[in-house]
Amino acid sequence: MRNIWTIARKELNSYFRSPIAYIVLGVFAVIFGFFFYSILSMFIRQTFMQAQYMQMYGAPMHLNVNEMVIRPLLMNLSVISLFLVPMITMRLFAEEKKTGTMELLMTSPVTDLQMIFGKFLGAFFLYAAMLGLTVLYVLLLFRYGNPDWRPLVAGYLGQLLLGGCFLSFGLLLSSITRNQLVAGSLTFTVFLLLWVIDWVSEFSGTRMGELASYLSLTTHIENFSKGVIDLKDAVYYLSVIGLGLFLTARSVESVRWRA
Amino acid sequence: MIDVQGLTKRYGRTTAVEDLHFSVRKGEILGFLGPNGAGKTTTMRVLTGFLPPTLGKVTVAGYDVMAEPLEVKRRTGYLPETPPLYTDMRVDEMLAFAGRIKGVSRRELRQRIAETAEKTAIGDSLHKIVGHLSKGYRQRVGLAVALIHNPDVLVLDEPTAGLDPKQIIETRRLVKSLAGDHTIILSTHILPEAAHTCGRVMIINAGKLVAEDTPENLTARLQGFETMRLVIEGPEALARERLARVAGVGGVSAMPEGDGRVEFSVQMQKGRDSRKELARAVVESGWGLLELRPVGLSLEEIFLKLTTTEDPAEAEVAAPESSREAATA
Repeated sequence: MRNIWTIARKELNSYFRSPIAYIVLGVFAVIFGFFFYSILSMFIRQTFMQAQYMQMYGAPMHLNVNEMVIRPLLMNLSVISLFLVPMITMRLFAEEKKTGTMELLMTSPVTDLQMIFGKFLGAFFLYAAMLGLTVLYVLLLFRYGNPDWRPLVAGYLGQLLLGGCFLSFGLLLSSITRNQLVAGSLTFTVFLLLWVIDWVSEFSGTRMGELASYLSLTTHIENFSKGVIDLKDAVYYLSVIGLGLFLTARSVESVRWRA
Repeated sequence: MIDVQGLTKRYGRTTAVEDLHFSVRKGEILGFLGPNGAGKTTTMRVLTGFLPPTLGKVTVAGYDVMAEPLEVKRRTGYLPETPPLYTDMRVDEMLAFAGRIKGVSRRELRQRIAETAEKTAIGDSLHKIVGHLSKGYRQRVGLAVALIHNPDVLVLDEPTAGLDPKQIIETRRLVKSLAGDHTIILSTHILPEAAHTCGRVMIINAGKLVAEDTPENLTARLQGFETMRLVIEGPEALARERLARVAGVGGVSAMPEGDGRVEFSVQMQKGRDSRKELARAVVESGWGLLELRPVGLSLEEIFLKLTTTEDPAEAEVAAPESSREAATA
């Protein structure tokens, strides 16, 4: 446990020693801020049309902050992380291999799994810090409106699970190469594929479509964003994280045999 | 402390190390000599648990590297050819990380950092960024990283490669001072280095053990003749004749240097030290003796001798393999 923590702390520190953490957090803040602004202003414009709507249909328009602001925000959030996570994970193993520090880790009394969990946690903390930035915006919503907090918790839980999947596959792809650029672009390609795979479901046979939409990382985030914690989705994410870490362990182990 | 029985390591079809047997006693310094690609690094990687052996039994500090790798790693400090340092950390952060990951307890950590920093003479740079340090300094930080958990066994892969002469001397002195408390294996391809620091030398080539002895014996044994270099102020022909008559001399060749000085190269018979007789012969004849010293063989020469006399094909095999290792290193 102590080894995991030591490595996690080292990873987190090195993000903040290099420009990566600042770039990731900065880029994220700008893009998320843009989405927040545009979604919120659309919502506000609709509230202005409330009176007109009443006159035309005789009933108040159904306006809900959770459904109309938070849900689309969370959906957009998952797309932003899809772009930013490769920047977080690409260096995790590739850099150590390139600079030779892998030799230090592999000749220290640390098991492969401790090393992998440590790295995963370190990256996860940075990802969580990134999500933490969004809390500021959500607090603004609470200040001027009264959204329901429960779906929010489910939404954030979903984001953390989704981020875990991204990170564990990023970690895997970083462990197969010593070139950060290769690791980063492979990771990005795989994420993109996992994202768009459910578009297939719209124009292919039902079985195929069902399978595709089940495999897609982002379809499972929809329920979480609505505030529904479905066991099926949680199991999906946890097993994807587990699979990613398992394959990473195999890949790290193979370094010893292939050298 | 270290016991290697029948170590063989293959990478796919290439055999890097073949059937190596050796053992190292506690407190000893063993030198690993060989050209690039001879299998030095591979052997060291097996000893430190970085690579598993293909065949054979390797025991370090009483633990089998395959069965109990963590116990071995707890007792081994390893300095690879390029020191494994995080260039964005400060020196003290680097040492603290290495200490924690190698199992130094929280209470002892600060003390261990201070001790190793003092031993390796990096105390004044603890707050500098590793990436800003010179090569020699990095090497010392690398050594401090290897020493941080006070290991029983220290494995150093070419610790002096790429250093300037002053740093080389400092590093050798440091390594020597560490023997006794630690059992040390170091690799090098420079014979004088092994002669200066190691109690015992193993020469490996193309993954096989070629010779093993103390550096002095090895040099003497391989030469057959020992060569003395003399610079004499006096008549060339007479001096040559006189030197050839000294007991134990096998052959004399002369090379005039001008100003009445002549440089002689005298072949001595194996195992016989006739320096006193040589000096007396020159002085009694009334000539000036300006210089008298034994000339050791360089590793390259020893190597050529070992590999060409035993198996000429092997020397050629070693060449392409060395370029392979250079590419993967």
